[in-house]
Amino acid sequence: MRALLLRDLRLAFRAGGGFGLSLAFFLMVAVIVPLGVGPAPATLALIAAGVLWVGALLAALLSLDRIFALDYEDGSLDLLATSPLPLGGVVAMKALAHWLTTGLPLVAASPILAVLLNLPREGYVWLLVSLAIGTPALSIIGAFGASLTVGLKRGGLLLGLLVLPLYIPTLIFGAEVVKAGAAGAAIGTPLAALAAITAGAWAGLPLAAAMAIRANLR
Amino acid sequence: MLTAQNVAVARAGVMVLAGVSFSLNAGRALILRGPNGAGKTTLLRAVAGLQPISGGILTAVEDDIAYGAHSDGVKPTLTVAENLNFWAQIYGSDLAADAMTAMQLDPLATRRAGQLSAGQKRRLGLARILATGRKIWVLDEPTVSLDTASVALFGAAVQAHLNAGGAALIATHIDLGFAADVLDITPFRAGADTPVLSGQFDEAFL
Repeated sequence: MRALLLRDLRLAFRAGGGFGLSLAFFLMVAVIVPLGVGPAPATLALIAAGVLWVGALLAALLSLDRIFALDYEDGSLDLLATSPLPLGGVVAMKALAHWLTTGLPLVAASPILAVLLNLPREGYVWLLVSLAIGTPALSIIGAFGASLTVGLKRGGLLLGLLVLPLYIPTLIFGAEVVKAGAAGAAIGTPLAALAAITAGAWAGLPLAAAMAIRANLR
Repeated sequence: MLTAQNVAVARAGVMVLAGVSFSLNAGRALILRGPNGAGKTTLLRAVAGLQPISGGILTAVEDDIAYGAHSDGVKPTLTVAENLNFWAQIYGSDLAADAMTAMQLDPLATRRAGQLSAGQKRRLGLARILATGRKIWVLDEPTVSLDTASVALFGAAVQAHLNAGGAALIATHIDLGFAADVLDITPFRAGADTPVLSGQFDEAFL
């Protein structure tokens, strides 16, 4: 399992691995939105939490189809499915590698982008916390979506349609944490719901994704 | 080590083979023959566990099959040694270095796999099988794109594996240079109108 995680991280950092792509995309969204809605600080402060979370969603989506597609194309997925590793563990490790290379940098960069969007200062720490708790769910839900479309030619678009609706609960509670935190209100309920979604997704989806992969490899 | 009794396999909702029986003992190799599309790959995938069988009984020593497919699962941005060590770790074996020497990959160890020729890549794929340390090798056209010297190298590796008490089930068209039983699967071909026996849920959508 650890060997698989290290291999996926190594592949992501080597040429063509796509590391930094999602982060750059996230940056672009945060830069472009003020240009679109105008520079009024009050307006930006109002929408900052929502825009940052939507940006995180889209940035995660961008790299999802790579989770299994590359391994499927070069035959590694067949070989991993016949290896001693449980396939659910393979899915979990690949989702974890996806989060470490796309989600984690995004979490780290988010306070800087929050400045660009004039998020109230009280919201910074909650933005960081909500992204840190919420983005792992994006990776594992995305891995589940990728397992459904593995083997399809140009499955990337279908993947987006499948996965984005599943991201909605994470988006709602994640943005709510930031909004409530920035306004100084209680954040207990949305934060607990966000954590529950992440925990539930990591508990159930690796097995579901493993079954989908087995069916797709037939 | 591996026996098939009256095995039937289907692919994409169509019966491909029916009534296949064979048995493979330690120290023996079984060569599958048959024209293109006869179902060699489908049968091997069923033996490897990727394809559910639709009839018959397939028994094997548990957790002792190493499967080598058409594609080698080689990552172009990793070096030869990294690729091989990864698979050895996955199988929990320490045979990566031996496998590299056996397939004469030592001079290429630090080279990116993307820069290998087709034949060298194939040798890396076969070295992966050696590195698994498993007893039953299930190989699909292992000699594709190998030159004669490499075929001999591979034949010697299989022979050494058999001598050590292993077994091999190989689909190939060429003579590998060791004693082996031959199974021609052409007579087991199922007609396209043979009804699919299994009630697999996904077959309804095909």
